[in-house]
Amino acid sequence: MSLTVTNLTVRYGGREVLRDVGFALEPGAFCGLIGANGSGKTTLLRTILGFETPSAGRVERDGTVGYVPQKLQIAADMPVRARDLVALGLDGHRLGFSWPSAGRRRRVEEMLASVDALAFADQRVGELSGGQLQRVLIAHALVSGPKLLLLDEPLANLDLRAAAEIVALLKRVAGQGVTVLISAHDMNPLLGAMDRLVYLANGRAASGRTEQVVRTEVLSELYGYHIDVIRVHGRILVVAGNAEAHHHHDHDHVAAIP
Amino acid sequence: MFDSLMFGGFLASTVVQNALLIGAAAAVLSGIVGVFTVLRGQSFAGHALADVSSAGGALSLLLGINPMLGFFGLGLLGALGLTGRRRGDGDLAAGILLGTGLGLTALLLHFAVTMRGVAGAAVSVMFGSLFAAPPGAGVLAFFAALAGILLLALIYKPLLLASLDSELASVRGANIRLVAGVFLVLLALAVTLSAMAVGAILSTALLIGPAAAALRVSRRPWVAMLLAALFGVACCWGGVALAYASYDWTPGRVWPVSFFITSLVLLVYAAASWRRQ
Ligand SMILES: Nc1ncnc2c1ncn2[C@@H]1O[C@H](COP(=O)(O)OP(=O)(O)OP(=O)(O)O)[C@@H](O)[C@H]1O
Ligand SMILES: [Mg+2]
Repeated sequence: MSLTVTNLTVRYGGREVLRDVGFALEPGAFCGLIGANGSGKTTLLRTILGFETPSAGRVERDGTVGYVPQKLQIAADMPVRARDLVALGLDGHRLGFSWPSAGRRRRVEEMLASVDALAFADQRVGELSGGQLQRVLIAHALVSGPKLLLLDEPLANLDLRAAAEIVALLKRVAGQGVTVLISAHDMNPLLGAMDRLVYLANGRAASGRTEQVVRTEVLSELYGYHIDVIRVHGRILVVAGNAEAHHHHDHDHVAAIP
Repeated sequence: MFDSLMFGGFLASTVVQNALLIGAAAAVLSGIVGVFTVLRGQSFAGHALADVSSAGGALSLLLGINPMLGFFGLGLLGALGLTGRRRGDGDLAAGILLGTGLGLTALLLHFAVTMRGVAGAAVSVMFGSLFAAPPGAGVLAFFAALAGILLLALIYKPLLLASLDSELASVRGANIRLVAGVFLVLLALAVTLSAMAVGAILSTALLIGPAAAALRVSRRPWVAMLLAALFGVACCWGGVALAYASYDWTPGRVWPVSFFITSLVLLVYAAASWRRQ
């Protein structure tokens, strides 16, 4: 397993944001972390990274981790080009001076190419569009060859096409053995790619293989109102509807999903 | 006038040489450190450190020790007080430090004047006294700046990444506490040199102005650092030259160097901002 989360409970002040969350991901898994705004996706990712201390439970990680944060405030004057940011993913932790090396430059160039960011590689990071910055951040996170890649809402500000391209890129990354855990409030852009899913609601998590969880009865149960799982042209789509009829207030049974 | 400036003893005077050397050392280190100070949003912390260091300047007058020792000693203490703060309450800590530092300065200056009869103590500590710097201070400042640059080169990469985003840096495995701590020491050193050049209160001008101007017109970190250092040196030397010339404007009386330096800084910043538009 490249990531194992066991009985994780996280509190802010007295409030429990995550309760008894557990799941495990094997190498190369492409896992969606799905939940509404405020459901605790960022909290879970930050706890996995060690930025938040859980009040109970454990996180076990195997190997290095790459991280793409949900938001990054970059000063417009920041004199760092996209390619500099990627290069910092390679040796941004290292003390001391090092001369530029051909190997290092080639690695950065390859990484920029693989996320299709060569066209804006020389632009300042503060001048990039949301989608462009997302690609550069992914390249920054991947360039050192991590075993686990955590992305917090990387699709939130992207148009449909850009989102599909990023998902395809991440799917390729997972194909190379990197475990990908990606948070999203809308699972549709991920449905074709993710093989695992962790669903967060009311502090509890349900997890399983995508085809086990993405079913009308399971999702309706999780969301607390009626959800249709539709198949079109061999693809799956999740649509909310008929909210009144199936409203639930109690979500405690959510964790019982296989 | 220019002839008299260049050949009428301007560069031959050891006082001027000393002033130029201190000014350059202060400008180079402040420019380079200033780039990161601006990017990390620590301008206020820089100013607070300067005010604390002014207490050290006053103390050195009182004790009759090397002013650089006093400025840096207290600056370092101030840096210690600011370490380990999060960015949010860093501003608060800096504000409190600033008040404490200036209060202490007031007391020490009072003692320096009343007990040791140091004339013009307040002006020299707060507004600088390049032409009154002790001989040898220039060389000392030069080596201090060199040490600062080497220290910055050591933490350069994690510092740059942490200035972009400190969590990104710590995910990458950088020791961001160490980097932030070392950076505060550098800030104290830069502010010390600038305090000797333009005075504690005005050192912020040399720290922030050239760096902010450089950041307006550069897209690579080392270009920004180089430009900031150059802008700073140009302002300092230009200021020294103008002050030297002012001897002729109001015969027998030299205008404060710091006025010229800070005015030139403003001009450079305005020009850079205008170019950016
Ligand atoms: N630092 C904090 N201190 C206190 N409460 C917090 C903190 N960070 C988050 N919370 C609370 O924890 C809950 C989960 O927040 P979190 O940011 O993890 O949600 P999320 O699923 O990432 O939401 P979004 O989709 O809006 O990004 C929210 O109710 C939020 O108000
Ligand atoms: Mg979030």
